[in-house]
Amino acid sequence: MQKIEAVIQPSKLDEVKDALLEIGVEGMTILEARGHGRQKGHTEFYRGREYAVDLLPKVKLELVVRDELVEPAVQAIITAARTGKIGDGKIFISKIDEAIRIRNDERGEIAV
Amino acid sequence: MKLCLALVLAMAAGVRPMPMAAQAPAATQTVAAPASQDARIAALEKQVADNATAVAAAQSAGDNGWMLVSAALVLMMSGPGLALFYGGLVRKKNILGTMMQTFAMMAVITVLWALVTYSLAFGTGNAFIGGLHNAFLHGVGLLPDKDYAATIPLQTFMVYQLMFAIITPALITGAFAERMKFSAMLVFMILWAFLVYSPMAHMVWGKGGLLNATLGGRFPCLDFAGGTVVHVTSGVSALVTALYLGKRIGYPKIPMPPHSMVLSFIGACLLWVGWFGFNAGSALAAGTLATSAFVATHFAAAAAAIGWSIAEWINHGKPSALGAISGAVAGLVGITPAAGFVSPMSALWIGLIVGVFCFFMVFFVKKIFGYDDSLDAFGVHGAGGTLGAVLTGIFANSAINPIFGAGKATGLLEGNAHQVVNQVVGIAIAWGLSIVGTLVILFVVDKTLGLRVSEADEREGLDLSQHGEEGYDWAH
Repeated sequence: MQKIEAVIQPSKLDEVKDALLEIGVEGMTILEARGHGRQKGHTEFYRGREYAVDLLPKVKLELVVRDELVEPAVQAIITAARTGKIGDGKIFISKIDEAIRIRNDERGEIAV
Repeated sequence: MKLCLALVLAMAAGVRPMPMAAQAPAATQTVAAPASQDARIAALEKQVADNATAVAAAQSAGDNGWMLVSAALVLMMSGPGLALFYGGLVRKKNILGTMMQTFAMMAVITVLWALVTYSLAFGTGNAFIGGLHNAFLHGVGLLPDKDYAATIPLQTFMVYQLMFAIITPALITGAFAERMKFSAMLVFMILWAFLVYSPMAHMVWGKGGLLNATLGGRFPCLDFAGGTVVHVTSGVSALVTALYLGKRIGYPKIPMPPHSMVLSFIGACLLWVGWFGFNAGSALAAGTLATSAFVATHFAAAAAAIGWSIAEWINHGKPSALGAISGAVAGLVGITPAAGFVSPMSALWIGLIVGVFCFFMVFFVKKIFGYDDSLDAFGVHGAGGTLGAVLTGIFANSAINPIFGAGKATGLLEGNAHQVVNQVVGIAIAWGLSIVGTLVILFVVDKTLGLRVSEADEREGLDLSQHGEEGYDWAH
């Protein structure tokens, strides 16, 4: 059981979501986020004043999946989210100790 | 012009007497019993008099209808127009504080106007300020005042002028946005209504005012809808306040971009529409002069939006939405004193010139001097109002408005160079009065209440620190 966190371009959300559902991922959480990695931000002008905007709008996906689904999910995200340009985002993977379904107290992989 | 309208209506009424139900029996009687020549003449005379009364009533109804709509339009410029325009330009922690400053004017200045400031502005007094004869609106009834507006109730005139007295101080709030105490702002504005607005309005528009163009002014200054009274006074007072108060914490290092260009955009568009009441309403009647001012207003706004946008496009590579709407507002400011005096083509020129000029004031002059006129109240209203008042003296044309008599040269282009001098006198008085009056008020309020919020309150934002609420509650 592992957690996949992926920060992607907002415009790629629909493609990524569809690709994940296709390989059998059953649930995910989406957050609107702002952030930056190596990508430099952009500048905005308001009445001649220049503002450097270095935190750019991103979408963050969080999903917890069974171990055997991790690699297919990662591949699905990469394929769907890649444009090849700087700013495509990152994926982080971590171990999950326990999952609990609140409705009926089911535990473990069956609960994700 | 009004005479023409009266004649046309009189002719129409004379040709078709039937629609006037009240006169019908008299007419029938005249035909039925041709008793004597004297009786017929008397009946005819009565009919003519009745017709004249009916025509006057019809014109009054038309004019009054337009003026009440205009008054409502001008109020709409303050709330929601200006409140949205300014509210979008500040950071989101200050939106309610900014909107409340304008809204407070809608309430406080109104009560003040009813009690005493209307009288100080438009009551009979000396060349500089009105007297107290009309305090508590004493004598301000439903009959017209022949000097101010002969066809509408004086109360309509009074409430229409009130809307100007509201938006003028509200414009200043753009200069001290995000850092002034609400309590200090209220006291500042009340004193400002007495010391700056009332005398300036009296001098330009009041009976016997020093700068009045038609009611016996020593220096007849052309100001159709408030270039000097509204925009120069508010803009210059804004500059003085910004300099006195100092910059916002972190300015200009910390980014302070507008938090919602969408709100500002809606606000600016409401200002544009409301300005038809402001300028065309200043004809104080629904006749041809209102049309002329309406057209000039619209044309100047359009030309200025284009002027500012092109200047920005050339200088910064992109035409911004904020630039386009700021340009439109600058053009509206510039045409305000000129609206009822210039042709549509002159209005295009005035808009273009003022739009580009204000662009340079906001983009370059502000940067050179480094003052924090947060929302550019001076760069747009002070600078645009001043230039607009000068341009009025240049472009004013007797064919549009023979204010000095039929065929008498009005502006410089018509050959009346002296008008430019009178305009400059008006501008100089507006500047002087605004600088001195505002400085005195700022000093007094600073030493008693204190002008600025504490550093902690400023960082927290005016919404929470001054009003105990937030404009945007994301948690619920």
